[in-house]
Amino acid sequence: MPHSLIPFLTLLKRDLTLAYRHRGEIANPLLFFIMTITLFPLGISAEAQLLQVIAPGVIWVAALLAALLSLETLFRSDFEDGSLEQMALTPHSLAGLILAKIIAHWIISGLPLILLAPFLSRLLFLPDNAVPTLILTLVLGTPILSLVGAIGVALTVGLRQGGILLSLLVLPLYIPILIFAANAVNVATADLPIAGQLYFLAALLTLSLTLSPFATAAALRISLS
Amino acid sequence: MWTFLQQLSSPPYFYQLAGRLIPWLAWPCLAFLISGLYYGLWVAPIDYQQGHSYRIMFVHVPAAWMSLFIYMVMAISGGIALIWHMKLAEVIAASSAPIGASFTFLALATGALWGKPMWGTWWAWDARLTSELILLFLYLGIIALNSAIEDKRTASRASAVLGLVGIINIPIIHYSVIWWNSLHQPPSITKFGAPSIHLSMLIPLLLMAVAFKFYYATVVLMRARCEILERERNSHWVGTLITPSQNS
Repeated sequence: MPHSLIPFLTLLKRDLTLAYRHRGEIANPLLFFIMTITLFPLGISAEAQLLQVIAPGVIWVAALLAALLSLETLFRSDFEDGSLEQMALTPHSLAGLILAKIIAHWIISGLPLILLAPFLSRLLFLPDNAVPTLILTLVLGTPILSLVGAIGVALTVGLRQGGILLSLLVLPLYIPILIFAANAVNVATADLPIAGQLYFLAALLTLSLTLSPFATAAALRISLS
Repeated sequence: MWTFLQQLSSPPYFYQLAGRLIPWLAWPCLAFLISGLYYGLWVAPIDYQQGHSYRIMFVHVPAAWMSLFIYMVMAISGGIALIWHMKLAEVIAASSAPIGASFTFLALATGALWGKPMWGTWWAWDARLTSELILLFLYLGIIALNSAIEDKRTASRASAVLGLVGIINIPIIHYSVIWWNSLHQPPSITKFGAPSIHLSMLIPLLLMAVAFKFYYATVVLMRARCEILERERNSHWVGTLITPSQNS
Protein backbone atom coordinates (compact mmCIF):
# COMPACT_ATOMS: atom_id res chain seq x y z
CA MET A 1 0.00 0.00 0.00
CA PRO A 2 1.44 3.44 -0.89
CA HIS A 3 2.41 5.51 2.10
CA SER A 4 0.18 8.44 1.27
CA LEU A 5 -2.91 6.21 1.53
CA ILE A 6 -2.31 5.12 5.13
CA PRO A 7 -3.46 8.34 6.87
CA PHE A 8 -6.40 8.52 4.48
CA LEU A 9 -7.58 5.01 5.33
CA THR A 10 -6.89 5.46 9.04
CA LEU A 11 -9.04 8.56 9.17
CA LEU A 12 -11.79 6.90 7.15
CA LYS A 13 -11.83 3.96 9.54
CA ARG A 14 -11.78 6.25 12.58
CA ASP A 15 -14.74 8.30 11.35
CA LEU A 16 -16.76 5.20 10.51
CA THR A 17 -16.00 3.66 13.90
CA LEU A 18 -16.98 6.88 15.65
CA ALA A 19 -20.24 6.98 13.71
CA TYR A 20 -20.91 3.33 14.56
CA ARG A 21 -20.48 4.10 18.25
CA HIS A 22 -23.06 6.91 18.02
CA ARG A 23 -25.67 5.14 15.96
CA GLY A 24 -28.47 7.44 17.13
CA GLU A 25 -26.89 10.42 15.46
CA ILE A 26 -26.85 8.64 12.12
CA ALA A 27 -30.50 7.69 12.45
CA ASN A 28 -31.76 11.24 13.06
CA PRO A 29 -31.25 12.69 9.56
CA LEU A 30 -32.71 9.49 8.09
CA LEU A 31 -35.81 9.79 10.26
CA PHE A 32 -36.04 13.40 9.17
CA PHE A 33 -35.84 12.26 5.53
CA ILE A 34 -38.66 9.74 6.01
CA MET A 35 -40.85 12.11 7.98
CA THR A 36 -40.53 14.99 5.49
CA ILE A 37 -41.62 12.66 2.73
CA THR A 38 -44.57 11.46 4.81
CA LEU A 39 -45.70 15.04 5.32
CA PHE A 40 -46.29 15.70 1.63
CA PRO A 41 -49.17 13.26 1.08
CA LEU A 42 -50.72 14.51 4.32
CA GLY A 43 -50.36 18.13 3.29
CA ILE A 44 -51.27 17.89 -0.38
CA SER A 45 -53.45 14.89 -1.09
CA ALA A 46 -53.32 11.12 -1.01
CA GLU A 47 -54.23 10.87 -4.66
CA ALA A 48 -51.83 8.51 -6.40
CA GLN A 49 -51.76 10.44 -9.65
CA LEU A 50 -50.74 13.70 -8.05
CA LEU A 51 -48.16 12.12 -5.75
CA GLN A 52 -46.65 10.28 -8.66
CA VAL A 53 -45.98 13.62 -10.38
CA ILE A 54 -44.38 15.32 -7.40
CA ALA A 55 -42.54 12.23 -6.11
CA PRO A 56 -39.12 12.86 -7.76
CA GLY A 57 -39.01 16.45 -6.56
CA VAL A 58 -40.22 15.60 -3.07
CA ILE A 59 -37.72 12.80 -2.58
CA TRP A 60 -34.86 14.95 -3.85
CA VAL A 61 -35.80 18.02 -1.81
CA ALA A 62 -36.04 15.83 1.28
CA ALA A 63 -32.62 14.37 0.44
CA LEU A 64 -31.11 17.88 0.16
CA LEU A 65 -32.54 18.90 3.53
CA ALA A 66 -31.47 15.67 5.21
CA ALA A 67 -27.95 16.14 3.81
CA LEU A 68 -27.88 19.68 5.21
CA LEU A 69 -28.92 18.43 8.64
CA SER A 70 -26.28 15.74 8.73
CA LEU A 71 -23.55 18.00 7.32
CA GLU A 72 -23.35 20.01 10.53
CA THR A 73 -21.72 17.09 12.31
CA LEU A 74 -19.03 16.70 9.63
CA PHE A 75 -16.39 18.83 11.35
CA ARG A 76 -18.14 19.96 14.54
CA SER A 77 -16.81 17.46 17.10
CA ASP A 78 -13.32 17.43 15.59
CA PHE A 79 -13.30 21.21 15.67
CA GLU A 80 -14.43 21.36 19.27
CA ASP A 81 -11.91 18.89 20.67
CA GLY A 82 -9.05 20.32 18.61
CA SER A 83 -8.31 17.28 16.49
CA LEU A 84 -9.09 19.27 13.36
CA GLU A 85 -6.20 21.62 14.15
CA GLN A 86 -3.93 18.63 14.64
CA MET A 87 -4.97 17.33 11.21
CA ALA A 88 -4.15 20.70 9.68
CA LEU A 89 -0.71 20.54 11.32
CA THR A 90 0.20 17.07 10.06
CA PRO A 91 2.57 16.82 7.10
CA HIS A 92 -0.11 14.98 5.12
CA SER A 93 -2.17 16.93 2.65
CA LEU A 94 -5.17 18.41 4.42
CA ALA A 95 -7.26 18.03 1.26
CA GLY A 96 -6.64 14.27 1.29
CA LEU A 97 -7.64 13.94 4.93
CA ILE A 98 -10.74 16.00 4.29
CA LEU A 99 -11.68 13.77 1.38
CA ALA A 100 -11.53 10.81 3.78
CA LYS A 101 -13.85 12.61 6.18
CA ILE A 102 -16.25 13.50 3.36
CA ILE A 103 -16.33 9.93 2.08
CA ALA A 104 -17.01 8.66 5.60
CA HIS A 105 -19.79 11.22 5.90
CA TRP A 106 -21.32 10.07 2.64
CA ILE A 107 -21.21 6.41 3.73
CA ILE A 108 -23.01 7.41 6.92
CA SER A 109 -25.56 9.81 5.51
CA GLY A 110 -25.84 9.31 1.75
CA LEU A 111 -25.74 5.56 1.42
CA PRO A 112 -28.70 4.92 3.78
CA LEU A 113 -30.78 7.38 1.76
CA ILE A 114 -30.12 5.32 -1.35
CA LEU A 115 -31.13 2.14 0.46
CA LEU A 116 -34.32 3.77 1.74
CA ALA A 117 -35.31 5.35 -1.56
CA PRO A 118 -37.03 2.29 -3.12
CA PHE A 119 -39.36 1.99 -0.11
CA LEU A 120 -40.11 5.70 -0.01
CA SER A 121 -40.85 5.78 -3.72
CA ARG A 122 -43.60 3.22 -2.96
CA LEU A 123 -45.12 5.64 -0.46
CA LEU A 124 -45.38 8.25 -3.20
CA PHE A 125 -46.52 5.77 -5.90
CA LEU A 126 -43.52 6.43 -8.12
CA PRO A 127 -43.91 4.11 -11.16
CA ASP A 128 -41.67 1.03 -11.16
CA ASN A 129 -39.84 2.05 -14.32
CA ALA A 130 -38.53 5.22 -12.63
CA VAL A 131 -37.17 3.58 -9.49
CA PRO A 132 -33.82 2.46 -10.99
CA THR A 133 -33.30 6.00 -12.28
CA LEU A 134 -34.09 7.43 -8.86
CA ILE A 135 -31.46 5.17 -7.34
CA LEU A 136 -28.94 6.05 -10.03
CA THR A 137 -29.46 9.79 -9.52
CA LEU A 138 -29.08 9.33 -5.78
CA VAL A 139 -25.87 7.34 -6.28
CA LEU A 140 -24.44 10.13 -8.43
CA GLY A 141 -26.02 13.03 -6.57
CA THR A 142 -25.65 12.40 -2.84
CA PRO A 143 -21.81 12.40 -2.95
CA ILE A 144 -22.01 15.86 -4.56
CA LEU A 145 -24.19 16.99 -1.66
CA SER A 146 -21.53 15.90 0.83
CA LEU A 147 -18.66 17.35 -1.22
CA VAL A 148 -20.18 20.76 -1.90
CA GLY A 149 -21.67 20.95 1.57
CA ALA A 150 -18.26 20.36 3.12
CA ILE A 151 -17.07 23.74 1.80
CA GLY A 152 -19.98 25.45 3.54
CA VAL A 153 -19.40 23.52 6.77
CA ALA A 154 -15.72 24.43 6.73
CA LEU A 155 -16.61 28.11 6.43
CA THR A 156 -19.17 28.08 9.23
CA VAL A 157 -17.69 25.56 11.65
CA GLY A 158 -16.49 28.09 14.22
CA LEU A 159 -19.62 30.21 14.22
CA ARG A 160 -22.36 30.26 16.83
CA GLN A 161 -25.34 30.25 14.48
CA GLY A 162 -23.55 28.14 11.90
CA GLY A 163 -26.47 25.83 11.11
CA ILE A 164 -28.89 28.32 9.62
CA LEU A 165 -26.05 30.13 7.85
CA LEU A 166 -24.89 26.84 6.37
CA SER A 167 -28.24 26.28 4.66
CA LEU A 168 -28.12 29.82 3.28
CA LEU A 169 -24.68 29.26 1.79
CA VAL A 170 -25.11 25.74 0.49
CA LEU A 171 -28.68 25.49 -0.81
CA PRO A 172 -28.14 27.75 -3.85
CA LEU A 173 -25.17 25.58 -4.82
CA TYR A 174 -27.39 22.46 -4.64
CA ILE A 175 -29.87 23.75 -7.22
CA PRO A 176 -28.24 22.23 -10.35
CA ILE A 177 -28.18 18.79 -8.71
CA LEU A 178 -31.84 19.06 -7.82
CA ILE A 179 -32.74 20.13 -11.35
CA PHE A 180 -30.87 17.38 -13.17
CA ALA A 181 -31.75 14.60 -10.74
CA ALA A 182 -35.46 15.35 -10.38
CA ASN A 183 -35.72 15.95 -14.11
CA ALA A 184 -34.09 12.59 -14.88
CA VAL A 185 -36.56 10.75 -12.65
CA ASN A 186 -39.48 12.66 -14.14
CA VAL A 187 -38.37 11.84 -17.65
CA ALA A 188 -37.81 8.20 -16.74
CA THR A 189 -41.47 7.81 -15.74
CA ALA A 190 -42.29 8.52 -19.39
CA ASP A 191 -39.71 5.99 -20.59
CA LEU A 192 -37.69 8.69 -22.33
CA PRO A 193 -33.86 8.63 -22.48
CA ILE A 194 -32.13 9.95 -19.36
CA ALA A 195 -28.50 9.66 -20.43
CA GLY A 196 -28.03 13.45 -20.76
CA GLN A 197 -29.07 14.22 -17.20
CA LEU A 198 -26.99 11.37 -15.80
CA TYR A 199 -23.93 12.57 -17.73
CA PHE A 200 -24.41 16.02 -16.25
CA LEU A 201 -24.66 14.59 -12.75
CA ALA A 202 -21.55 12.51 -13.35
CA ALA A 203 -19.71 15.60 -14.63
CA LEU A 204 -20.76 17.57 -11.55
CA LEU A 205 -19.62 14.69 -9.36
CA THR A 206 -16.20 14.62 -11.04
CA LEU A 207 -15.86 18.38 -10.76
CA SER A 208 -16.77 18.49 -7.08
CA LEU A 209 -14.71 15.39 -6.28
CA THR A 210 -11.58 17.02 -7.69
CA LEU A 211 -12.08 20.63 -6.54
CA SER A 212 -14.10 20.50 -3.33
CA PRO A 213 -11.42 18.95 -1.05
CA PHE A 214 -9.04 21.78 -1.91
CA ALA A 215 -11.65 24.50 -1.42
CA THR A 216 -12.69 22.85 1.85
CA ALA A 217 -9.07 22.71 3.01
CA ALA A 218 -8.60 26.41 2.22
CA ALA A 219 -11.83 27.28 4.01
CA LEU A 220 -10.87 25.18 7.06
CA ARG A 221 -7.50 26.89 7.34
CA ILE A 222 -9.31 30.24 7.40
CA SER A 223 -11.77 29.03 10.05
CA LEU A 224 -8.94 27.63 12.16
CA SER A 225 -6.78 30.74 11.97
CA MET B 1 3.73 50.03 -12.09
CA TRP B 2 4.65 47.72 -9.24
CA THR B 3 5.44 50.55 -6.86
CA PHE B 4 2.15 52.18 -7.81
CA LEU B 5 0.30 48.99 -6.89
CA GLN B 6 2.18 48.80 -3.63
CA GLN B 7 1.33 52.39 -2.88
CA LEU B 8 -2.29 51.79 -3.81
CA SER B 9 -2.60 48.93 -1.39
CA SER B 10 -1.56 51.07 1.55
CA PRO B 11 -4.82 52.10 3.28
CA PRO B 12 -3.97 55.78 4.02
CA TYR B 13 -2.87 56.38 0.43
CA PHE B 14 -5.95 54.67 -0.97
CA TYR B 15 -8.18 56.59 1.41
CA GLN B 16 -6.84 59.91 0.11
CA LEU B 17 -6.86 58.81 -3.53
CA ALA B 18 -10.43 57.50 -3.34
CA GLY B 19 -11.55 60.73 -1.74
CA ARG B 20 -10.07 62.69 -4.64
CA LEU B 21 -11.50 60.31 -7.27
CA ILE B 22 -15.09 60.24 -6.03
CA PRO B 23 -16.19 63.62 -7.53
CA TRP B 24 -14.57 62.66 -10.85
CA LEU B 25 -16.76 59.58 -10.91
CA ALA B 26 -19.92 61.00 -9.40
CA TRP B 27 -20.35 63.91 -11.85
CA PRO B 28 -20.02 61.77 -15.01
CA CYS B 29 -22.45 59.33 -13.40
CA LEU B 30 -25.00 62.10 -12.97
CA ALA B 31 -24.41 63.40 -16.52
CA PHE B 32 -24.82 59.96 -18.10
CA LEU B 33 -27.82 59.22 -15.91
CA ILE B 34 -29.64 62.42 -16.87
CA SER B 35 -28.86 62.11 -20.59
CA GLY B 36 -29.72 58.39 -20.54
CA LEU B 37 -33.04 59.07 -18.83
CA TYR B 38 -33.79 61.96 -21.21
CA TYR B 39 -33.08 59.88 -24.32
CA GLY B 40 -34.80 56.85 -22.84
CA LEU B 41 -37.97 58.51 -21.62
CA TRP B 42 -38.50 61.27 -24.19
CA VAL B 43 -36.43 60.74 -27.34
CA ALA B 44 -36.61 56.98 -27.86
CA PRO B 45 -39.67 55.99 -29.92
CA ILE B 46 -42.55 53.94 -28.62
CA ASP B 47 -42.14 50.23 -29.19
CA TYR B 48 -44.71 48.98 -31.69
CA GLN B 49 -45.42 45.88 -29.66
CA GLN B 50 -44.77 46.79 -26.06
CA GLY B 51 -45.86 50.44 -26.01
CA HIS B 52 -44.35 52.66 -23.36
CA SER B 53 -43.73 49.92 -20.86
CA TYR B 54 -40.63 48.72 -22.67
CA ARG B 55 -38.87 51.82 -21.30
CA ILE B 56 -38.28 50.03 -18.00
CA MET B 57 -35.64 48.16 -19.99
CA PHE B 58 -33.33 51.16 -19.58
CA VAL B 59 -33.13 50.39 -15.87
CA HIS B 60 -33.75 46.66 -15.96
CA VAL B 61 -31.08 45.59 -18.45
CA PRO B 62 -28.17 47.67 -17.06
CA ALA B 63 -29.08 46.52 -13.53
CA ALA B 64 -28.96 42.90 -14.65
CA TRP B 65 -25.58 43.48 -16.33
CA MET B 66 -24.27 45.14 -13.19
CA SER B 67 -25.44 42.27 -11.00
CA LEU B 68 -23.10 39.90 -12.84
CA PHE B 69 -20.30 42.43 -13.33
CA ILE B 70 -20.14 43.23 -9.61
CA TYR B 71 -20.10 39.55 -8.75
CA MET B 72 -17.10 39.14 -11.03
CA VAL B 73 -15.33 42.13 -9.44
CA MET B 74 -16.11 40.79 -5.99
CA ALA B 75 -14.93 37.26 -6.72
CA ILE B 76 -11.74 38.42 -8.46
CA SER B 77 -10.79 40.84 -5.70
CA GLY B 78 -11.62 38.07 -3.23
CA GLY B 79 -9.21 35.82 -5.10
CA ILE B 80 -6.53 38.53 -5.01
CA ALA B 81 -7.13 38.91 -1.28
CA LEU B 82 -6.73 35.16 -0.75
CA ILE B 83 -3.58 34.83 -2.83
CA TRP B 84 -1.64 38.02 -2.04
CA HIS B 85 -3.26 38.91 1.30
CA MET B 86 -3.94 42.38 -0.03
CA LYS B 87 -6.03 44.39 2.45
CA LEU B 88 -7.40 46.66 -0.23
CA ALA B 89 -8.83 43.76 -2.25
CA GLU B 90 -10.61 42.51 0.89
CA VAL B 91 -12.10 45.95 1.39
CA ILE B 92 -13.29 46.19 -2.23
CA ALA B 93 -14.85 42.71 -2.09
CA ALA B 94 -16.60 43.44 1.19
CA SER B 95 -17.96 46.78 0.00
CA SER B 96 -19.07 45.41 -3.39
CA ALA B 97 -21.38 42.69 -2.04
CA PRO B 98 -24.26 44.90 -0.81
CA ILE B 99 -24.17 47.01 -3.98
CA GLY B 100 -24.29 43.89 -6.14
CA ALA B 101 -27.17 42.51 -4.11
CA SER B 102 -29.06 45.80 -4.55
CA PHE B 103 -28.57 45.74 -8.33
CA THR B 104 -29.73 42.13 -8.45
CA PHE B 105 -32.80 43.06 -6.45
CA LEU B 106 -33.40 46.05 -8.73
CA ALA B 107 -33.17 43.83 -11.81
CA LEU B 108 -35.67 41.39 -10.28
CA ALA B 109 -38.07 44.12 -9.15
CA THR B 110 -38.04 45.98 -12.47
CA GLY B 111 -38.36 42.64 -14.24
CA ALA B 112 -41.51 41.90 -12.24
CA LEU B 113 -42.92 45.34 -13.08
CA TRP B 114 -42.13 44.76 -16.74
CA GLY B 115 -43.46 41.22 -16.73
CA LYS B 116 -46.89 42.16 -15.41
CA PRO B 117 -48.05 44.15 -18.49
CA MET B 118 -46.06 42.07 -21.01
CA TRP B 119 -46.48 38.47 -19.90
CA GLY B 120 -49.48 39.08 -17.65
CA THR B 121 -47.61 37.75 -14.62
CA TRP B 122 -45.29 39.19 -11.99
CA TRP B 123 -43.12 36.15 -11.86
CA ALA B 124 -42.40 33.21 -14.12
CA TRP B 125 -40.12 30.28 -13.41
CA ASP B 126 -38.10 31.12 -16.44
CA ALA B 127 -34.40 30.40 -16.78
CA ARG B 128 -32.98 33.88 -16.54
CA LEU B 129 -35.33 35.03 -13.79
CA THR B 130 -34.49 31.99 -11.77
CA SER B 131 -30.74 32.34 -12.17
CA GLU B 132 -30.99 36.01 -11.21
CA LEU B 133 -32.91 35.00 -8.08
CA ILE B 134 -30.26 32.41 -7.24
CA LEU B 135 -27.59 35.06 -7.79
CA LEU B 136 -29.40 37.17 -5.21
CA PHE B 137 -29.29 34.22 -2.79
CA LEU B 138 -25.54 33.84 -3.42
CA TYR B 139 -25.02 37.54 -2.67
CA LEU B 140 -27.12 37.31 0.49
CA GLY B 141 -25.16 34.24 1.60
CA ILE B 142 -21.89 36.12 1.18
CA ILE B 143 -23.22 39.15 3.06
CA ALA B 144 -24.53 36.90 5.84
CA LEU B 145 -21.20 35.09 6.14
CA ASN B 146 -19.36 38.40 6.13
CA SER B 147 -21.41 39.73 9.01
CA ALA B 148 -21.41 36.47 10.98
CA ILE B 149 -17.63 36.37 11.44
CA GLU B 150 -16.44 38.99 13.87
CA ASP B 151 -12.84 39.34 12.77
CA LYS B 152 -13.02 41.42 9.60
CA ARG B 153 -10.01 39.89 7.89
CA THR B 154 -11.15 36.30 8.52
CA ALA B 155 -14.63 37.28 7.34
CA SER B 156 -13.22 38.67 4.10
CA ARG B 157 -11.16 35.59 3.38
CA ALA B 158 -14.04 33.24 4.17
CA SER B 159 -16.40 35.14 1.87
CA ALA B 160 -13.70 35.18 -0.79
CA VAL B 161 -13.66 31.36 -0.79
CA LEU B 162 -17.44 31.34 -1.03
CA GLY B 163 -17.34 33.89 -3.84
CA LEU B 164 -14.90 31.78 -5.83
CA VAL B 165 -17.00 28.66 -5.31
CA GLY B 166 -19.98 30.69 -6.47
CA ILE B 167 -18.25 31.85 -9.61
CA ILE B 168 -17.66 28.26 -10.69
CA ASN B 169 -21.28 27.56 -9.94
CA ILE B 170 -22.90 30.52 -11.67
CA PRO B 171 -22.49 29.12 -15.21
CA ILE B 172 -23.56 25.67 -14.02
CA ILE B 173 -26.63 27.09 -12.32
CA HIS B 174 -27.39 29.24 -15.33
CA TYR B 175 -27.22 26.41 -17.85
CA SER B 176 -29.08 24.03 -15.60
CA VAL B 177 -32.03 26.38 -15.24
CA ILE B 178 -32.08 26.90 -19.02
CA TRP B 179 -33.55 23.39 -19.11
CA TRP B 180 -36.91 24.93 -18.58
CA ASN B 181 -38.77 26.44 -21.47
CA SER B 182 -38.06 30.10 -21.47
CA LEU B 183 -40.55 32.96 -21.48
CA HIS B 184 -37.81 35.54 -21.41
CA GLN B 185 -36.89 37.21 -24.67
CA PRO B 186 -33.46 36.05 -25.88
CA PRO B 187 -30.51 38.45 -25.52
CA SER B 188 -30.77 41.16 -28.16
CA ILE B 189 -27.47 43.01 -27.66
CA THR B 190 -24.85 40.28 -27.47
CA LYS B 191 -26.25 38.38 -30.44
CA PHE B 192 -23.74 37.76 -33.20
CA GLY B 193 -24.18 40.03 -36.18
CA ALA B 194 -26.29 43.17 -36.06
CA PRO B 195 -28.03 43.81 -32.75
CA SER B 196 -31.78 43.41 -33.13
CA ILE B 197 -32.41 46.61 -31.22
CA HIS B 198 -32.89 49.93 -32.96
CA LEU B 199 -30.13 52.51 -32.54
CA SER B 200 -32.51 55.03 -30.95
CA MET B 201 -33.16 52.54 -28.17
CA LEU B 202 -29.61 51.23 -28.00
CA ILE B 203 -28.09 54.65 -27.29
CA PRO B 204 -30.08 55.37 -24.09
CA LEU B 205 -29.51 51.78 -22.99
CA LEU B 206 -25.74 52.15 -23.32
CA LEU B 207 -25.83 55.60 -21.68
CA MET B 208 -27.66 54.08 -18.72
CA ALA B 209 -25.21 51.18 -18.60
CA VAL B 210 -22.26 53.60 -18.43
CA ALA B 211 -24.08 55.64 -15.78
CA PHE B 212 -24.60 52.50 -13.69
CA LYS B 213 -20.90 51.61 -14.01
CA PHE B 214 -19.92 55.08 -12.77
CA TYR B 215 -22.48 54.82 -10.01
CA TYR B 216 -20.96 51.54 -8.86
CA ALA B 217 -17.43 52.99 -8.98
CA THR B 218 -18.51 56.01 -6.93
CA VAL B 219 -20.42 54.05 -4.32
CA VAL B 220 -17.85 51.29 -3.97
CA LEU B 221 -15.13 53.87 -3.29
CA MET B 222 -17.36 55.61 -0.72
CA ARG B 223 -18.10 52.31 1.01
CA ALA B 224 -14.43 51.30 0.80
CA ARG B 225 -13.41 54.53 2.54
CA CYS B 226 -15.81 53.81 5.41
CA GLU B 227 -14.72 50.18 5.55
CA ILE B 228 -11.04 51.22 5.70
CA LEU B 229 -11.69 53.67 8.52
CA GLU B 230 -13.52 50.96 10.42
CA ARG B 231 -10.85 48.34 9.89
CA GLU B 232 -7.95 50.68 10.65
CA ARG B 233 -9.64 52.43 13.54
CA ASN B 234 -6.81 51.60 15.91
CA SER B 235 -4.07 52.89 13.66
CA HIS B 236 -2.32 56.19 14.07
CA TRP B 237 -3.30 57.77 10.76
CA VAL B 238 -7.00 57.33 11.38
CA GLY B 239 -6.57 58.89 14.79
CA THR B 240 -4.89 61.98 13.37
CA LEU B 241 -7.48 62.12 10.58
CA ILE B 242 -10.42 62.25 12.95
CA THR B 243 -8.94 64.39 15.71
CA PRO B 244 -6.19 66.46 14.06
CA SER B 245 -5.24 67.94 17.44
CA GLN B 246 -3.70 64.60 18.41
CA ASN B 247 -0.95 65.30 15.97
CA SER B 248 0.23 68.53 17.53
